[in-house]
Amino acid sequence: MTTLADEIRSRLVVLAPEALDVHDDSAAHAGHAGAAAGGGHFDVLIVSDAFAGLNALARHRKVYALLADLMPHRIHALSLKALTPDEL
Amino acid sequence: MSVQDTIRQTVTSNPVVLYMKGTPQFPMCGFSAGAVQILKNCGVSFAAVNVLEDPEVRQGIKEFANWPTIPQLYVKGEFVGGSDIMKELFASGELQKMLEGIEG
Repeated sequence: MTTLADEIRSRLVVLAPEALDVHDDSAAHAGHAGAAAGGGHFDVLIVSDAFAGLNALARHRKVYALLADLMPHRIHALSLKALTPDEL
Repeated sequence: MSVQDTIRQTVTSNPVVLYMKGTPQFPMCGFSAGAVQILKNCGVSFAAVNVLEDPEVRQGIKEFANWPTIPQLYVKGEFVGGSDIMKELFASGELQKMLEGIEG
């Protein structure tokens, strides 16, 4: 079965990440008000040259754009770290 | 006045505005709570807008900044970012610099 984390990974592959870690943290938030609608909580670490020369705002926008149709219903919350290989 | 106008007026008439879930005293979301804590650590006073009180603002603020998540921080009318970016800017000292000169 394809999980939502798999789906997120497959969307972000277009950024040619050197490292990509998608962690489903939904269990930690089960039961709180925001989670009631059923959307998942995810922690994403992505390392890619595609972020070179971009500030954090622009990097996050790049990632959000690829996930736009999943937010906010399937992805309720996304904690995001977007780095270039030099910044690791 | 449209929601977009209301938001523009709010962010331009207050030097620091946080759109959040819940209130600074009772945040309803961990990310909003973290954002409040960062601003408190900066020692700055800020206007907080509870998006849970108004569905139109909750949706409108996402369109205003073209940013899909809440919390959202605005300083001097400019969108700064969400909770991850606030954390990064605070850790690097850039947020404190941005807030310099604003009454505590």
